[in-house]
Amino acid sequence: MNLLLFTLLIWICSLGAGLLGSLTGLGGGVIIVPLLVLAFGVNIHYAAGASLISVIATSSGAAAAYVKEGYTNIRIGMFLEVATTLGALLGAFLVAKVSPSAIAIIFGIVLLFSAYRSLRKVPDTIDTRPPDRLATLLRLNGDYPTAQGLTTYNVRRVPIGFLVCNCAGILSGLLGIGSGPLKVLGMDQAMEIPFKVSTTTSNFMIGVTAAASAGIYFHRGYVDPALAMPVMLGVLAGAFLGARILPGAGTKYLRILFSVAIVILGFEMLVKGLGGKV
Amino acid sequence: MVKAKTQWNDERMDRIISVLLRTGVILSSIVVLIGGIWYLAQNWRLAPDYHTFRGEPASLNGLGGIMRGLLSWHGRNWIQFGLGMLVATPVARVAFSVFAFFEERDWLYVALTLFVLGVLMFSFIGR
Repeated sequence: MNLLLFTLLIWICSLGAGLLGSLTGLGGGVIIVPLLVLAFGVNIHYAAGASLISVIATSSGAAAAYVKEGYTNIRIGMFLEVATTLGALLGAFLVAKVSPSAIAIIFGIVLLFSAYRSLRKVPDTIDTRPPDRLATLLRLNGDYPTAQGLTTYNVRRVPIGFLVCNCAGILSGLLGIGSGPLKVLGMDQAMEIPFKVSTTTSNFMIGVTAAASAGIYFHRGYVDPALAMPVMLGVLAGAFLGARILPGAGTKYLRILFSVAIVILGFEMLVKGLGGKV
Repeated sequence: MVKAKTQWNDERMDRIISVLLRTGVILSSIVVLIGGIWYLAQNWRLAPDYHTFRGEPASLNGLGGIMRGLLSWHGRNWIQFGLGMLVATPVARVAFSVFAFFEERDWLYVALTLFVLGVLMFSFIGR
């Protein structure tokens, strides 16, 4: 296979990943690495480098739209970015210390967790308790547009959310992914932030989190331009297409289908990692 | 009164951040695309080999090397430059947030945002 064909194939696969990722809200980044490693035989470090770049592209592109719509809570994002960027720095340093097989195993577990998280959705509850003191001090409470107009919400259990986001940052730096599902878990479950606010704010944070690892990725040579180019352009084009067809698309079955694909990739990565074949 | 002013500023901040992010993504994509086409036009016959990790040459790892390659019209350097612009986009967003929170006299968030900016700088400059 020559470089032109290879680049085109990777571009098409990345486009598919970006499209599915945006239609299902799972992000394309999480399947880029297993796709490159398992289907194209790319080294896991180069795969993570290309994926990290694509994550910054889609996160920034999508955030541009969400921020304007008023869902994103910039203060929550800024505050939790302290946790995620510190984690991302640590995660990127760890890449050289952890064996590629161990990275593949961790990746497999993260994929299985993402699939599990994507299939369950807890409805937002109406909160009548008094606001949390730390959240008030940090001015994290906010409001967001709903069918009933602007609705206010109170943020709770700030330290737990901070810790979860720190772990999400470490995984992001170690694996070259956005760690969206874990960030959302911390915000939506621990901090009781409404689901829509959690997902858009998580997306807002992903770009900055990934940028904190990117400096180290560049220095260490994990980012190969000829590989990152089709991945970035493909995922971005896919995400853009997905955002265009999203209203009215039957995403429920797509979500299940995509989750099944993620489970399969997760097991493949686990097997590969456990067999030491990475 | 104070609240109204803050809200107006928050909305303005949202709008500027939105434009900033979109511009960064579009500009960097264009540079990456042009660099990619240029690189492929010259090297399309090569056999891709990403199986073993070798790291990248110094000319693609640091800003100095990438810039020198730009002037000699190396496609790979142009792609890498575009990728660098993309990575700089969220960094620019954080830098702008420092300024926006300063405008709102929100000192706590000026400090938090400066801290995040420091972590980002460390990633790019520190080893």
